[in-house]
Amino acid sequence: MSTTSPSSRLGALLMAPVNALMRIVDVPLRGLQKATGLGGMAAFFLAPNMLIFGIFVLLPLVINFVYSMTGGTAFFLSERSFVGADQYARLFTCADYLDPMSCQEDAFWTAVGNTFWFVVLQVTLMILTALITALILNRDLAARSFWRAVFFFPVLLSPVVVGLIWKWILQRQGLLNFMLYQFGNEPYTWLTDRNWTFVATIGVSIWAHMGFYALILLAGLQAIPKDLYEAAEMDGTKPARVFWRITLPLLAPNLLVVVVLALIRAVQIFDEVYVLTGGGPGTSTLYLTQYIYETGFASALRNPGLAAAASILMGAVLVVLTLFQLGIGRRQENKGKR
Amino acid sequence: MGEIKLTDVNKSFGSVHVLKDIDLHIQDGEFVVFVGPSGCGKSTLLRTIAGLEKITGGEIRIDGKRVNEVSAADRGLAMVFQSYALYPHMSVRQNLAFGLENSNMPKTEIAERIAEAARMLEIDQYLERRPGQLSGGQRQRVAIGRAIVRRPTAFLLDEPLSNLDAELRVSTRAELAALHARIGSTMIYVTHDQVEAMTLAHRIVVMRAGRIEQVGTPLELYNTPANRFVAGFIGAPHMNFLKGEVSEAETGAVTLSIGGGHKLLVPLSGHKLSVGDKLTVGIRPQHITLAGDPGSLAVKVRLVEALGSETVIHADLHGEKLLAVVQGQKQISPGDEVHFSIAGAPLHLFDGNGLRVKAA
Amino acid sequence: MGVASRFILRRRGGKGWHWTDIVTWIWLIGGLIIMFGPAVWLAFSSFKTPAALAEFPPSILPYVTSQATVEGYDKPLQLFDTKMPDGSTRVLAEVRRIGVMSQMVDPKAPGEIIRVNMNDRTPVRTVSFATENYTEPFVHFDFLRYLWNSVFVTVVATLITLVVNSMAAFALSKYEFKGRSLAMLVILATLMVPLSVIMVPLYSIISSLGLFNSLWGVILPTVATPTGVFILRQYMLTIPDELIDAARMDKASEWQIYWRIVLPLTAPALAVLAIFSVVWRWNDFLWPLIVLSRRELYTLQVGLSIYSGELNVQWHFILAMTVVTMVPVVLVFIFLQRFITTGIAGTGLK
Ligand SMILES: Nc1ncnc2c1ncn2[C@@H]1O[C@H](COP(=O)(O)OP(=O)(O)O)[C@@H](O)[C@H]1O
Ligand SMILES: [Mg+2]
Repeated sequence: MSTTSPSSRLGALLMAPVNALMRIVDVPLRGLQKATGLGGMAAFFLAPNMLIFGIFVLLPLVINFVYSMTGGTAFFLSERSFVGADQYARLFTCADYLDPMSCQEDAFWTAVGNTFWFVVLQVTLMILTALITALILNRDLAARSFWRAVFFFPVLLSPVVVGLIWKWILQRQGLLNFMLYQFGNEPYTWLTDRNWTFVATIGVSIWAHMGFYALILLAGLQAIPKDLYEAAEMDGTKPARVFWRITLPLLAPNLLVVVVLALIRAVQIFDEVYVLTGGGPGTSTLYLTQYIYETGFASALRNPGLAAAASILMGAVLVVLTLFQLGIGRRQENKGKR
Repeated sequence: MGEIKLTDVNKSFGSVHVLKDIDLHIQDGEFVVFVGPSGCGKSTLLRTIAGLEKITGGEIRIDGKRVNEVSAADRGLAMVFQSYALYPHMSVRQNLAFGLENSNMPKTEIAERIAEAARMLEIDQYLERRPGQLSGGQRQRVAIGRAIVRRPTAFLLDEPLSNLDAELRVSTRAELAALHARIGSTMIYVTHDQVEAMTLAHRIVVMRAGRIEQVGTPLELYNTPANRFVAGFIGAPHMNFLKGEVSEAETGAVTLSIGGGHKLLVPLSGHKLSVGDKLTVGIRPQHITLAGDPGSLAVKVRLVEALGSETVIHADLHGEKLLAVVQGQKQISPGDEVHFSIAGAPLHLFDGNGLRVKAA
Repeated sequence: MGVASRFILRRRGGKGWHWTDIVTWIWLIGGLIIMFGPAVWLAFSSFKTPAALAEFPPSILPYVTSQATVEGYDKPLQLFDTKMPDGSTRVLAEVRRIGVMSQMVDPKAPGEIIRVNMNDRTPVRTVSFATENYTEPFVHFDFLRYLWNSVFVTVVATLITLVVNSMAAFALSKYEFKGRSLAMLVILATLMVPLSVIMVPLYSIISSLGLFNSLWGVILPTVATPTGVFILRQYMLTIPDELIDAARMDKASEWQIYWRIVLPLTAPALAVLAIFSVVWRWNDFLWPLIVLSRRELYTLQVGLSIYSGELNVQWHFILAMTVVTMVPVVLVFIFLQRFITTGIAGTGLK
């Protein structure tokens, strides 16, 4: 009578021990339910998450402030001395406030400056390319999901892999030099040129992440009702005007979300750059996260307190951006309700 | 083995008071229907009996045992939900078996019970299907089957037919009545459809805004509604209500004057009415007949619905609406002036608070 | 053919080529080259010998120069296509070189030495895949160990992520209790607490728990992801409450309701989270870099980055191991691409 397929029978076989385990687990849990009721069970279900979350996210958030007000190279709080706002003062001590190099922690300000320009350029260019890509993918293309996949492909690659792929291409014997060589140019060592490494980090991070934003924008474009375009066509509206008057305004909320998301991610840039350039040459591609990492762990003159102070400053920027994003989300929700 | 007694039951969701002082005694084997407009608290009342909602006041006893603190699982009741709530990822058989497995019943007995219920409900052919592969009517049977296999002390059914189309609803209604006759367990059935209530119930509980308005057999409710709300709710189309004033009060009868100076003589023994009392008179549309007699109520026809076997006439009596359902087909069109007769019709009198004026 | 090309190249309104059609195709073809090209180039390169890698200009396919053992000579000799004075071409083996002149022999008739000008010969090359780039690192560089560490971290972290977050999502979607909105608020507020902000104190917590230099130290901080709770909760909210009431009437315990009713019905969302978790954990870099300082504990990402940062980079191994690291993600991409892209479009998750 029963018609189970081999695969479902295999599944049942694999699940049998798990199900048996769950039945055993159920016994004490039934007891707990009897004793504490539904409220107790809710707490039980929430507990593991909250515990891990509390220890590994909330607690560090709190401790970070304590860290930023203590000095020394030790990691255990008990071995650290209270220094008040010294770490912050150190970050902000400069001979000449217009010249980052005159600051006591010039590396921090270099990293801030680098990160700022990186964020501005990377986000602008990336969102622009993502928008163009989304607009093109939104056209009546054959095999659209293939083309979507093409642009999405690098998104899943690990940052280390991304860094290595491009390190290999920008090599002296790399693909880029090979292609330029075809046009008669001599090979160039791109990754030892301060200006080019900066450009490279921007280009590579756009390459790696653009597809993600294009995908979200494409979803936004597809959510615009088709009949608006049909109505515009009936009115004989010019395509450019359709873009400026219909597409862009209706896409604006998505665009805003995507920009803020991209900003939040760009501020934290680290992995692929670390592999590609290691922050160099010199400090030309030293960004904030790497500064924090090296100040906290790697460099010979380790100073976790200073790293914590810097991370709190970075966190403040991220909090502002996040609140902004939540605000946008809330406003869109309200709009949806109305 | 299925006696349910509610004493002074109250239920609030936060500051919203949903059930107010519910007293109800359901006998073993009874088929009781909760009826009332949407949002009046029928489902909530059913769910408090089920144990799915904790009551905030009062007491619930099942077979004499206080169950306020007993969880839904341990009250020995079974429920059929409006959406059927079949487990979508389980086959029909697994759906039926789930509850039995949870009470550690031997496999052979589970199989027996499922076979028996499947035969009774004629769902044997679908046992290996998923709910998603069944029609609405079949799903509904499975939902009932899931309750039957449990052999509960009482069945709780929350608008079980409301998702079926009209035809299926009528046939399933009859089957449900037959099922109850066969199993004989207590059934509590929630509906907002008074026709369903009238056809199924031993006793109907009419609810409004969290209160019980009246409890009685279908005919008690139809013939002697306790108040204007029940009178209006039970019976289709709704009862007509006309404003009236006592113009003569004798022992054994009162005379009412209604719109347009018409007089109605209502026999009423042992009443405490006096001249000048304002009342509402209720007349069921089926009790109105057409009359040639100019002495009866002269009304203006606004709309005529010819249903073939009967004719529904919407009319105006000096600004008050009056509806009549008369047998057969009539040559009447809107705008006509016709005469309604209510001679011999049972009249219902309600006082200023909407309560029935009772004969002593 | 005509139908196919007309279908693939169909244009706006079907009339002539609009400039936007041209832009579209340039963008698409350019995108295809730029997005796939680098990875493909890397994959090709990974099969080249160190000598071939050092060549400039590089070849696309992995070539090796051919050699032959010739009677009378101990070592294998390199083979060359040689242009003979009479204009014909022969394959000869080089014995030695003096100045611009090269002494060569015919491998089939090794007795006679033929002198030719260096410029009249080109090495004989054949396509050959240097698979030892792949096999060697597993033997000599602990890459098998790294692979195992990565798999362990990915699988365990994903399993814990699914269980812990689905339990929390269940509590937050199907129970009314005091503090529920507070819990939601906290989760929402920390949706964006990035590792870079808390790495210093997190490190101290990990060390005090004795999890420094332990794969668990890599796993645990990542598993209670607010994003996971969030998407699972959104999905569970769509499961009708009546189903849970029905299960309660069916004498199911709360744990059974979670395990037998809610989890199976949340399968699509769990699958999305599982895929993302696998990709996230497989790709994690900074945190493992901080927590793991012993070589035998490295994950693939850390191992790769350390080896590629060494002074004397052994590119042939690095490239091959990069391909190995890339393969699982590419497989996920090929088989689950549609699933992932709709998942992202639906949740804005990355
Ligand atoms: N969980 C709840 N929280 C708050 N109010 C509720 C809840 N359930 C029901 N109510 C309210 O209680 C009233 C009665 O609901 P219900 O019993 O479902 O009505 P009915 O079944 O008669 O249509 C409604 O006003 C409804 O809004
Ligand atoms: Mg209801």
